[in-house]
Amino acid sequence: MAEKSRERSSAAQEVLDAPGAPVVVFDHVSLAFDEKVILKDVSFTLISGHTKIILGASGAGKSVTLKIILGLLAADGGVVWVNGERVDQLAEEDMMKVRADLGMVFQEGALFDSLTVRENVGYRLYEESDMPLPVADRRVEEVLGFIGLGEFMDRMPSELSGGQRRRVAIARAMASKPKILLYDEPTTGLDPITATTVDDEIIKLRDLENVSSIVVTHQLRDAFYLATHTAVKENGTIRVVPADAQKAEQAEFMMLRDGFIAFEGDADELRHSEDEYLKKFLS
Amino acid sequence: MSFIVDELKNGALEVQEYVHLCARAFRAMVTPPTYRYDIIEQFDMVGVSSLTVVLLTGFFTGAVLALQSGLTLDQFGARPVVGRLVSASMIKELGPVLTGLMLTGRVGSGIAAELGSMVVTDQINALRALGTDPVRKLVVPRMLAGIVMAPVLTVVADFVGIVGGWIVASFQLQVASGIYWSSILRALYMQDIWMGLIKPFALGFVIVSVACHVGLRTSGGTQGVGRATTVAVVTGSVGVIAVDFFITRILISLMY
Repeated sequence: MAEKSRERSSAAQEVLDAPGAPVVVFDHVSLAFDEKVILKDVSFTLISGHTKIILGASGAGKSVTLKIILGLLAADGGVVWVNGERVDQLAEEDMMKVRADLGMVFQEGALFDSLTVRENVGYRLYEESDMPLPVADRRVEEVLGFIGLGEFMDRMPSELSGGQRRRVAIARAMASKPKILLYDEPTTGLDPITATTVDDEIIKLRDLENVSSIVVTHQLRDAFYLATHTAVKENGTIRVVPADAQKAEQAEFMMLRDGFIAFEGDADELRHSEDEYLKKFLS
Repeated sequence: MSFIVDELKNGALEVQEYVHLCARAFRAMVTPPTYRYDIIEQFDMVGVSSLTVVLLTGFFTGAVLALQSGLTLDQFGARPVVGRLVSASMIKELGPVLTGLMLTGRVGSGIAAELGSMVVTDQINALRALGTDPVRKLVVPRMLAGIVMAPVLTVVADFVGIVGGWIVASFQLQVASGIYWSSILRALYMQDIWMGLIKPFALGFVIVSVACHVGLRTSGGTQGVGRATTVAVVTGSVGVIAVDFFITRILISLMY
């Protein structure tokens, strides 16, 4: 009975699939570890097809926000909606269904050491779905081709460079075609050229696969690059080019500071903010 | 005073988390999905890969037992019953306990280090994010392997221990083979065999469940992994000896 009540009507699904639908909603969410307040009364919304870039210093609660969305951590208070499902009080086994529409790229990749690149990327398809093996193999090859690592399929994660590991992690997160992708510091520790390659993958997924994304970072260069660029497909070739003003508005910035939202707005508003802390952060 | 209260609270929390993990694992054992490939892999890792260390330990324990008891039995002119002493000691006590201790050192440490590394590198969170329950995927296969393979390895250790004793009895103590083997058969009771077989099921469970619990609660980076490995081996070893005592006590009152 409880199972049935969680089934979504076709009308509700239509609303969620429509452009401009909220896919992640944080409503007055709070979390503290013992005496340390991590998030206090945090509210924001991620719109379908948009990118939310969460900035903030170390320990500001950025990664914790992603873990709450994914159900890896439970908030102390407030309500969290993901893809039309209230997740803040969901049991672990029910959360698995919500996670089917979510992909997460962890800091440092979090690739499974004992599995090859192919097995890592296809993990969800091979282990958690009924997809026939040849179909799953084709999807893995397609995804690895998309991120340009087709020839690394049979390597182990330890044989890859830092940038390649991040890209494999992106491939793993996108293999099952999730509607929402969460990136936790995807470019931290990478050189600028490799970081741009990773940024391009995030942009391509957002603009060509219509994936809504939340990117947690403290790399300003990458944050502005994501906000001001777009991917276009011309004559079968994918290019990342500067975005027009309307597209740039679809990337929303959010700055976390001491558990509070210190800023929310687009790239232009962030650049021209008069707030002293933001000025210092941007400098 | 507050330090003692905190320690007691932490202890109670550990026990609660351990019981919770065991309950989740047992529920996962009887409900789908099951990761068959992982179960087979763990049977190989826990059972087949531990064979060498168990063979060597069992053999030398049986051999030294024959040597030492030979000296003592000589004082009573009872050297021919050395086989009886070796078999009773190996089957009832030394086989299960030494196999348990060897498994704690080899398997328990490995499990704690592996799961601990997965925790600190976010691989456990990645598993959950990809829709996999880590208890089903990681704990259940290891627990099943521990429960099933510990008795098998114990039987192997018992046998090679008795063979080790026989070699020493024959070549060092000059006891005839026929006398050695017949004294074993005469002295061996069904209750002894049951005791030797029941114990390793519980010991296998204790070793693996403690290692999984400690591994999954690792924190503090690579240093934490090292700490978890040490804790798993120490707790597992003490657990093996303590559980052995309590099971022995229960079985004696039930079977003898």
